Amino acid sequence: MAVVVWITEGTWPACVDSARAHAPDDAEVVLLHVLDTEPAAVAHGAFAGLLGRAHPNPGHRPATGWGRDPGDAAEETAAISERQLLQAAADRLGRPCVQQARAGRVEREVVAAADGADLLILARDGDLTHLGPHSLGHATRFVVDHAPCPVLLVWPKAAPDLTALPPPPPPR
Amino acid sequence: MAVLVCAVVRPWGWPEAVVAVPAAAVVVGAGAISLPHAAAEAGRLGPVIGFLAAVLVLAQLCADEGLFQACGAWMAHSAAGRPRRLLVQVFALASVITAVLSLDATVVLLTPVVFATAARLGARPKPHLYACTHLSNTASLLLPVSNLTNLLAFAAAGVSFTRFAALMTLPWLVAIGVEYLVLRHFFAADLDAGAEAPAAADTPHLPWFALLTVVGTLAGFVVTSALGLNPAWAAFAGATVLAVRALVRRSSTPTAIVGSAALPFLAFVLALGVVVRAVVDNGLASGLAHLVPHSSTLPALLGVAALAAVLANVINNLPATLVLVPLAAPAGAGAVLAVLLGVNIGPNLTYAGSLATLLWRRIVREHEGDVDLGEFTRLGLLVVPAALTLAVVALWGSLQIVGG
Repeated sequence: MAVVVWITEGTWPACVDSARAHAPDDAEVVLLHVLDTEPAAVAHGAFAGLLGRAHPNPGHRPATGWGRDPGDAAEETAAISERQLLQAAADRLGRPCVQQARAGRVEREVVAAADGADLLILARDGDLTHLGPHSLGHATRFVVDHAPCPVLLVWPKAAPDLTALPPPPPPR
Repeated sequence: MAVLVCAVVRPWGWPEAVVAVPAAAVVVGAGAISLPHAAAEAGRLGPVIGFLAAVLVLAQLCADEGLFQACGAWMAHSAAGRPRRLLVQVFALASVITAVLSLDATVVLLTPVVFATAARLGARPKPHLYACTHLSNTASLLLPVSNLTNLLAFAAAGVSFTRFAALMTLPWLVAIGVEYLVLRHFFAADLDAGAEAPAAADTPHLPWFALLTVVGTLAGFVVTSALGLNPAWAAFAGATVLAVRALVRRSSTPTAIVGSAALPFLAFVLALGVVVRAVVDNGLASGLAHLVPHSSTLPALLGVAALAAVLANVINNLPATLVLVPLAAPAGAGAVLAVLLGVNIGPNLTYAGSLATLLWRRIVREHEGDVDLGEFTRLGLLVVPAALTLAVVALWGSLQIVGG
């Protein structure tokens, strides 16, 4: 049995705890993190938009001064924090697991990684004060809607009580 | 017209003075602008370019003193576990840094720090990074030195430094406010996800000297303006104070300080200014005048700003400024500033204008495959029309109060 745990910034501890509680002892646990490539690309683009500044040729020695591309720094930071995040998740899990790092369009990478799995564990990541559809962000919504396997959807912290339920529609 | 084409195509394709300076020389040589006129233009631009140089040096020395690292430490310290608070802090820092130390400082110096801070807090970096990128454009409305487009328009429009700032304060605030409301809503899920704050107990070490120098420089802008002096002197004084300190402490070298003034960039700006003047002198205004409304009424300002935003996205904001400022200048300062609203806020749709974006994407593709920019574009579609419209209304209001 293969259990894929989607690790994202902010909400990952609940997913790991859920894996500890629900993954059978003989299951292979995969800790999955997907690096969103768009922010670094945006930083590259913002730098490219500064016209007239001394842009060094790509591939040469590291740029200095005003020629430093913030996108490069963003990529380095993202790679380091991804490693740290996966390691923290593995430590919290406390059992043998596989760390999987992917990059690209987050929601599609998660769906692809869940292909063939027996369970996908992920957390809500929207408005966590009300029960309802807003408790799912865009990417999470996409994954829940398109996952090719059973899904375990957990609250990152205590779920709101039933008073947070929207009122029923008026009787016809 | 050949001059115009040269100005539109070349500065964009060749990101250096390598082409712009010879282009300016050709313009003068061909008689498109007389030598005294070119000299007068250079004389008028000179102090502003000196101002820009001083600001660039000031920003780099602040970075050397650790000001941006301290900003990161401060944000990490007080926003721990609260991504929404981090966003507010990013907005405040990016707006002030862009306005005072130019958009270069926000893009090159602040953005990596913000990204690292978000990562350190365990927060999702996207909202904060996009805030930086957007504000490097939107918050560059306030002062002539905040953005190269402002410098070029400032030189051609003949408004004073203080009047520029007075007229642009309200649009600046309104545009930043719109950005904040839209980003907060757009990234609600990422901000609500929270942050697993690791034990980051170190208190931020503030480089007081650099900070006080910047504050003193800001005060200097106000004082010099009140005394009728060029505010550039305040920037020079600030940069000199930090430079002397860096040299005495041997934390920097004269070469590094001169290098941080980005001399090729300054030559590029000067050359562009001469080309703009040539375009003005050659009656482009009368040739294409019917395209641009000739008044400072609200609908006219909206039209000019929308046209500028479209051009900035179709070509790039620099050529858009070059084309539109001479056309708008006869209608007065209001129209020129409306152009600036368009060319400064507009690029948030496509960064650098679509042609430049295409070029850049080709470069990126060599590195790491095609990148999807759908989210950035969707965000831009939400922000730009609202921010631009309301900023123009604010500009119109400022013109009524301060006087066009």
